[in-house]
Amino acid sequence: MTAKLYIDGREICASEGDVLIDVAADYGIHIPSLCYMRGRPCLGTCRVCSVVVNGSIMPACTARIADGMVVEVAQPEVADMRRALVEANFSEGNHNCPSCEKSGRCELQAVAYEVEMVVSRFPYRFAERERDQTARHIFLERDRCIFCQRCVEFIRDIDTGHKIFAIHGRGTHARIDIDVVLADRMPPEQVREAADICPVGCIIEKGRGYNDPIGKRKFETRSIRDRVLEGDKK
Amino acid sequence: MNIESNKAAFSKEPREENLVTMLWDIQRRNGWISKADVRSLAAILNVSPLDIDETLSFYHFFRSKPSGRHQIYLCDSVIARMNGYDQVRAALERETNCCFGGLSADGLFGLEDTPCIGLSDQEPAMMIGDVVFTGLTPEAVSNIVAQLRAGKLPADIANPNGYDSGTLDYVDAMVVSRIRNQGPVFFKPMRDHHAVLQGVLARHPIEIIDEIAASKLRGRGGAGFPTGLKWRLAHEAEGGQKFIICNADEGEPGTFKDRCLLTRSPRDVLIGMVVAGFAVGARSGILYLRAEYWYLKDYLERHIGECREAGLLGDDILGSGFAFDIRIQMGAGAYICGDETALIESCEGKRGTPRVKPPYPIQSGYLGMPTVVNNVETFAIVSRIVEEGGRWYASMGTEKSSGTRLLSVSGDCARPGIYEIEWGMRLDEVLGMVGASRPMAVQVSGPSGECVSAAKDGGRVFCYSDLSCNGSLMIFDESRDLLGIIRHFMSFFVQESCGICTPCRSGCVDMLTKVDRVIGGKATKQDLEDCNAWGHLMRSTSRCGLGTTAAKPILTTMKSFPELYRDRLAVVDGPILASFDLEKALKGHEDAFRNLVKDNY
Repeated sequence: MTAKLYIDGREICASEGDVLIDVAADYGIHIPSLCYMRGRPCLGTCRVCSVVVNGSIMPACTARIADGMVVEVAQPEVADMRRALVEANFSEGNHNCPSCEKSGRCELQAVAYEVEMVVSRFPYRFAERERDQTARHIFLERDRCIFCQRCVEFIRDIDTGHKIFAIHGRGTHARIDIDVVLADRMPPEQVREAADICPVGCIIEKGRGYNDPIGKRKFETRSIRDRVLEGDKK
Repeated sequence: MNIESNKAAFSKEPREENLVTMLWDIQRRNGWISKADVRSLAAILNVSPLDIDETLSFYHFFRSKPSGRHQIYLCDSVIARMNGYDQVRAALERETNCCFGGLSADGLFGLEDTPCIGLSDQEPAMMIGDVVFTGLTPEAVSNIVAQLRAGKLPADIANPNGYDSGTLDYVDAMVVSRIRNQGPVFFKPMRDHHAVLQGVLARHPIEIIDEIAASKLRGRGGAGFPTGLKWRLAHEAEGGQKFIICNADEGEPGTFKDRCLLTRSPRDVLIGMVVAGFAVGARSGILYLRAEYWYLKDYLERHIGECREAGLLGDDILGSGFAFDIRIQMGAGAYICGDETALIESCEGKRGTPRVKPPYPIQSGYLGMPTVVNNVETFAIVSRIVEEGGRWYASMGTEKSSGTRLLSVSGDCARPGIYEIEWGMRLDEVLGMVGASRPMAVQVSGPSGECVSAAKDGGRVFCYSDLSCNGSLMIFDESRDLLGIIRHFMSFFVQESCGICTPCRSGCVDMLTKVDRVIGGKATKQDLEDCNAWGHLMRSTSRCGLGTTAAKPILTTMKSFPELYRDRLAVVDGPILASFDLEKALKGHEDAFRNLVKDNY
């Protein structure tokens, strides 16, 4: 069923039940996110796509289109909340863009530019997180993990469907883990996929890095906003 | 432990949703869960070992390193701390020769802290395996540890008369159920559950739902969703099977009413579940019991068994053709599992992470099927509503908050325990009733609720539109260090946040840091502004009720006790930055100067 809704005052028609963040993108309204991937199940972990729906704040990746819905994306208070959530991810981990090989193709970095973040308002934690380099083709740089769960949900062993990545522990003690036996069975294209869907530089493909010169890197040639709006699968 | 013996133990259709139970079985056999156990479970369930570890590492009571022969969990709650926790903790370390977080050299003891175990009216308290010890003193600790050293089992110490673990005597030997008043709804003696259920089964499910709707009952877990509406939606939902879940994961610090209901009126709860099953068309019920209440498990199993024998549960309930049965699912130590979708995940053997909503459990809950999750107290009330009628229930309380509810009262008062109050009662009336002589602050609904001032808020009313209490009521008198209590609450949320969403995982830690700045006298007005703004961020953007309420210890006390913060603000009369510590910066200067002087002469 077709529904009529309003995003920032603009009247929009969409199918009832569709995902708000997708519909917004189809109409040229970019709502940033760090965990959502179009066409895949919503993870709802980063909360960076928070918008106002009928007066309450909710993530646009979980909101489903309903007739008469009134959505506010640009409203300053909720826009600042999105920025705060991006900043919180920077404070929690150790994100040193200039030395990170994901720089220029990192979604966290690109989204931070997009929401016009300058510095985190939250105290930087300088958390100590151990790296895991035991897998043959994958380097796990935990300093940068933002617990989006993309790898946990979307990268599975091809033969068995078993989890290759998983979260150990909970809360502030949580840690991303890798099953080395399964990881070593990943074909090269799956290793690349894992590194690509990681929105930060946590899953790094060994033996590859700094391939593109500065100025020619992924989000430099085309911004994350343009990529999302043009339906690029990232 | 090897694959073969684990396989033998879990031979009956090993399915992933039994994982929490399987982990418990192994731990109860061996004291802990080894890497080899994890590998064997992974092989049995056909998942990767990491998948097992995800669940194992989520729950506080699962141990992936060897335990002491007696693994002792001492309750660390603000109420315990008001009642001698520190002395008991010191006595435990001394007597067992062990430090908290470790094992004794002889491997006999292991000591750990654990958040509120539902015994706030008899703290300090501790768990040793399934057994609890309450009202502890340093002397009691020496005595207990000496007996353990002499080879006695914890159960024999706590239950010297050797009552069977399925009896009320066994539970009573360990824990007191302090029910302070007799109200119209709860703890009715000699109820004829047979007749109640017969009356229900003679009616149409829709009539039962109408009856519950007419009672205007709202869920007692805290959120206050209308029970009748929840059931109606579940009744109308399509699904091959439907499920009823009783949330007995009573984790909110300060509450213990569900423990008392399960102890004194277990049949009320079980019958309430059957009624729900009949109304929505479910055949299976799960009672999710927090691991802290393990001492109630055999007792509840016995009641379930007796209900089956009496035809109140089973394939053909009272000859009506309606089938419904109940199983107990044990939790494993996670406050977050009080959230209904986290609880469902836990029932499915997974990490207790709250789900993305929608869909809601009434659409897609346990195993993806329509599921009704209600609190223990809600089911107990249901069993009374179908007996006395919805109008009877709605005639009590207020227009929007019908009926009565149970309060678990603890802290600084003469008579802590369980009280049944009609909604609409004023705070000062309740304080008078429980004998609070010098109350300063009252924590309504536990850390996730509101801290109110006894002086200013005495006229406030218990009802869903004002003090919508979830059952926990902690009273603090003027001698208490409220900032210390706030800090304790915030560190509780840091420990219990599941970490799935950014605002809660990150915000709890940031808010704790702010409390420390206030306590340390380093906070400026900007810190308080930050608390307000960051608390609002957590409230607005978190995934579940834990994150949305976790800033409340700070936010609500800033409102009711502003002087608490104002008095501690850093006075900027020296350095311009409050964070600048002059003494620290000058440390060593004197030594350096002295050395310089010495070198020159």
